[in-house]
Amino acid sequence: MNFPWLTTLLVLPLLGALVVALLPRASTAVRPVALGFSLLTLAVGVAMTTQFRTGSDEPFQLTETYSWIPQFGVSYALGIDGISLTMILLGLVLVPICIVAAWDDVPAVDRRQHTYFALMLALASMMVGVFAAVDVFLFYVFFEAMLIPVFFLIGVFGGARRWQAATTFLLYSLVGGLVMLVAVIGVYLAGPRGPEGFLVTNLTGLDLSVAAGRWLFVGFFIAFAIKAPMWPVHTWLPLAAEQARPATSVLLVGVLDKVGTYGMIRFVVTMFPEATQWATPVILALALVSMFVGAFLAIGSNDILRLIAYTSVSHFGFIVLGIFAFTTVGGAGATLYMVNHGFTTAGLFLVAGMLIVRRGSRDLRDFGGWQRVTPLIAGSLLVAGLSGLALPGLNSFVSEFMVIIGLFQRHPWLGFLAALGVILAAVYILVMYQKLATGPRPQLADVPDMTGREKFVVAPIIAAFLILGFFPQPVLDVLEPAVEQTLQHAGASEPEPAVDTANAEGSGR
Amino acid sequence: MTDVFVAPDIDWIALLPLIIVFVGGLVGVLVEGFAGRASRYAVQVPLSVATLVLAFVALVVLGPDRQGRTGAAVLVLDGPALLLQGLVLVLALLGLMVMAERLGGAQADTFTQAGALVPGSPEESDATRRGATTTEVFPLTLMSVGGMMLFVAANDLLLLFIALEVLSLPLYILVGLARRRRLLSQEASLKYFLLGSFSSAFYLFGAVLLYGYAGSMRFDQIALAISSNVGMDGLLVPGVLLVAVGLLFKVGAVPFHAWTPDVYQGAPTPVTGFMAACTKVAAFGAMLRVFYVAVEGVRAEWQPIIAAVATLSMVVGALMAIVQTDVKRILAYSSVAHAGFILVGLISMDQAGISSTIFYLATYGFMTIPAFAIVALVRSAGTEASQVGQWAGLGRRAPWLAAAFTFLMLAFTGIPLTSGFTGKFAVFSAAVSQGWAWLAVVGVLASAVTAYIYFKLVVVMWLGDEDAGDTTVVNPSLLTTTAIVAGLVVTLGLGVMPSPLLDLAQSTATFLR
Repeated sequence: MNFPWLTTLLVLPLLGALVVALLPRASTAVRPVALGFSLLTLAVGVAMTTQFRTGSDEPFQLTETYSWIPQFGVSYALGIDGISLTMILLGLVLVPICIVAAWDDVPAVDRRQHTYFALMLALASMMVGVFAAVDVFLFYVFFEAMLIPVFFLIGVFGGARRWQAATTFLLYSLVGGLVMLVAVIGVYLAGPRGPEGFLVTNLTGLDLSVAAGRWLFVGFFIAFAIKAPMWPVHTWLPLAAEQARPATSVLLVGVLDKVGTYGMIRFVVTMFPEATQWATPVILALALVSMFVGAFLAIGSNDILRLIAYTSVSHFGFIVLGIFAFTTVGGAGATLYMVNHGFTTAGLFLVAGMLIVRRGSRDLRDFGGWQRVTPLIAGSLLVAGLSGLALPGLNSFVSEFMVIIGLFQRHPWLGFLAALGVILAAVYILVMYQKLATGPRPQLADVPDMTGREKFVVAPIIAAFLILGFFPQPVLDVLEPAVEQTLQHAGASEPEPAVDTANAEGSGR
Repeated sequence: MTDVFVAPDIDWIALLPLIIVFVGGLVGVLVEGFAGRASRYAVQVPLSVATLVLAFVALVVLGPDRQGRTGAAVLVLDGPALLLQGLVLVLALLGLMVMAERLGGAQADTFTQAGALVPGSPEESDATRRGATTTEVFPLTLMSVGGMMLFVAANDLLLLFIALEVLSLPLYILVGLARRRRLLSQEASLKYFLLGSFSSAFYLFGAVLLYGYAGSMRFDQIALAISSNVGMDGLLVPGVLLVAVGLLFKVGAVPFHAWTPDVYQGAPTPVTGFMAACTKVAAFGAMLRVFYVAVEGVRAEWQPIIAAVATLSMVVGALMAIVQTDVKRILAYSSVAHAGFILVGLISMDQAGISSTIFYLATYGFMTIPAFAIVALVRSAGTEASQVGQWAGLGRRAPWLAAAFTFLMLAFTGIPLTSGFTGKFAVFSAAVSQGWAWLAVVGVLASAVTAYIYFKLVVVMWLGDEDAGDTTVVNPSLLTTTAIVAGLVVTLGLGVMPSPLLDLAQSTATFLR
């Protein structure tokens, strides 16, 4: 029971990064070693899950707390609840998939391949850290530090405008992060201070003055809104996603951007309930705009990767709507959506990446008729797309349905508007598929269909679609207690049902 | 008048570190006079290194037990003074090691052979032909270090002025000794000297006003006069501000920063590193004592002005840095911005203000010296390649050096797990805790702006396509390598494990009044 699970999860990929980086220049073992470390980490992660008790009434489990910088009140404190556990597992599953997907991304010249995979593993480590930190300062450390591997992954290995994309990404994130730094300091000073003053448990339920709470709320929220990303601070994402390698985009959009919505739940809502209530109308409006703007931009986009990025903006709007509906169903739906969206984005980006490598272009207009050229790849793209538009039976449907129900309970008209978003999702996905895959067979030299390696990429993702689509209950069981706890901190009471919604709350059919 | 002159007691033992440094400097001058040209370098480097090490040992062994005021209370050796003196010594040691770099050849390539001769004159080429060396940089540096150590311990406006001049005069000379681009270097030297003299004059004028107000030059007497309300307030506030001008000039805070870019660029690069790190430590140390001990009582009067100076320094430093095309000038403007950050910590006026300021000074010093040391190693056609464009593709040709510089840029930006972050956190939290949250907000926004230029350097170095053909990286000697590695280790160490130094800074952060 006292095994330091989370530290192990943090250290293993970092160790892997070090080993990979230090392999001899001519070594051919770079990729297998990287994959091995990511699988080992995943195995440890799964083993850790068996130690997690769903019924526990502790706020965090598997905690490890050591004093780190007592002068600042900082502890090295890790711990997980249902939400962070699922996010960590999502990341751990996606990393090996991405490593396999990125197998041939970088030629083994100089030490480029070493660097590429070492950075990915380093990123995996930060990912664990950012979701497992239960000390606000430590969270901030990971929040900022993880920018560096992403910066280099985009900047060194991305497309033609990679440096512009990397710099834009970095500056956006830094501005948000640094503003949050002031709020981090402020919340510590408002709390009990002392050598453990940064522990989340010491900072929830503070007796803040109204003004202070609202200022701190704004400081935190801006950072998370940029990260999430929400309209109008989403503009860095399309550029980054378009220039980055698909595998990088998956980790960035699928996992790291979840830090934004995760942070809203973990820090914003629980630490500043009064300010949250005060700002909820604005946030709901912004989320709704994000949803629609993202969807319309996706419909109008001809760049495949950009299109997928915009769908994410739209989906993040949905997630935020679910969080700020303040109903158990909505919250659980939103958190489940965070997991689902990770897999959906992974499917879209990685399969699109396979097509882009074959065609040598990201422009939809260069495609057409590819279901005749590469039926398996086109089919996989369709499945991933259907998951994105929330087809019943695939993963996103459950979560999207729950979010809409949650919204209806609190703001019926918002639920209605959100349901419109689902229709738009169908438009952008199907139009993309139509432009890309249907039509006459293009005149192309012999293009191979999905290779064995690529099958290993796609198979687990599609498996995840189906499992989460048909049996979401185990995940929901893990998520719901954590969501309820959050709602308690936020002081939100379940709205009185106008009609009997008990059946709908059974969820997950 | 029955007063009899009584010679003040002086605790010579407590002053031993200071004496060692000055004696080392004087011996260095004698070496210049008597040692042969060929053997000077071989004597000067060990001598000055030994001097600094010995002084540091003396400080650590003797200092803590002999704290107190001495020399008629014009000198105070208290916690902050000792800590800052130690910091100056360690940073000066690193700086000196970088100055001793000879780049593989027999000549100290960074310094001119004959600083006193007209650039381009026959006499100069004659001196070059005969293999003259500029080993006088070592005694000059020691003298300057002595001045800095005195500066942070001075408890008297007059002694503070003497220390100011002792530390400044050698620097004026050092700045003019660059081997390449002699005219630029001499121009920098002259500018620094003229503007420095102006600021000294302001300082003196302020000191006189304060003397007129309090009837004493001593900080504790001034504080006493303020608290007993002697009623000559017209002299007080102008005096404080004029004294502040002299000190703010030394740290390059806006609007007294005009010299910074030119001097940083013109000076021999190792000197720039030494100057940037050590002068800041000394000047902020002195500023801390003046503001916290002498004129704390009227802080309501000067705090808003210092806040404005801090804001301007951060904003102007950050904005001007992003339009520069020369690495040294970028680092110069970044030092202006950093001066602003340090002022944010200083302004909070509590114990956290003292400890965070000292901590930030340490972090800044340990990242600046290696940064300039690296700049000195990047060369093109026998001269330093400090244009940003010339650094293109450095990541592929010298990956280790580029990686080291990248790490330093992360630290300058303030990315967590580097000392830059802990330092910023320390000063900003000190400021926020005393109600200066808006200043911290300005600070973080300025850091975000400076991040652009630091990451632009990173981008240029690792950029895949372009390549600035003839830029090379010289293999550094063991001395420079040691200095760079030491700086990097401290930068990482203070980012990951800042507790020991924070502890030290907090436990010593009380001024003896």
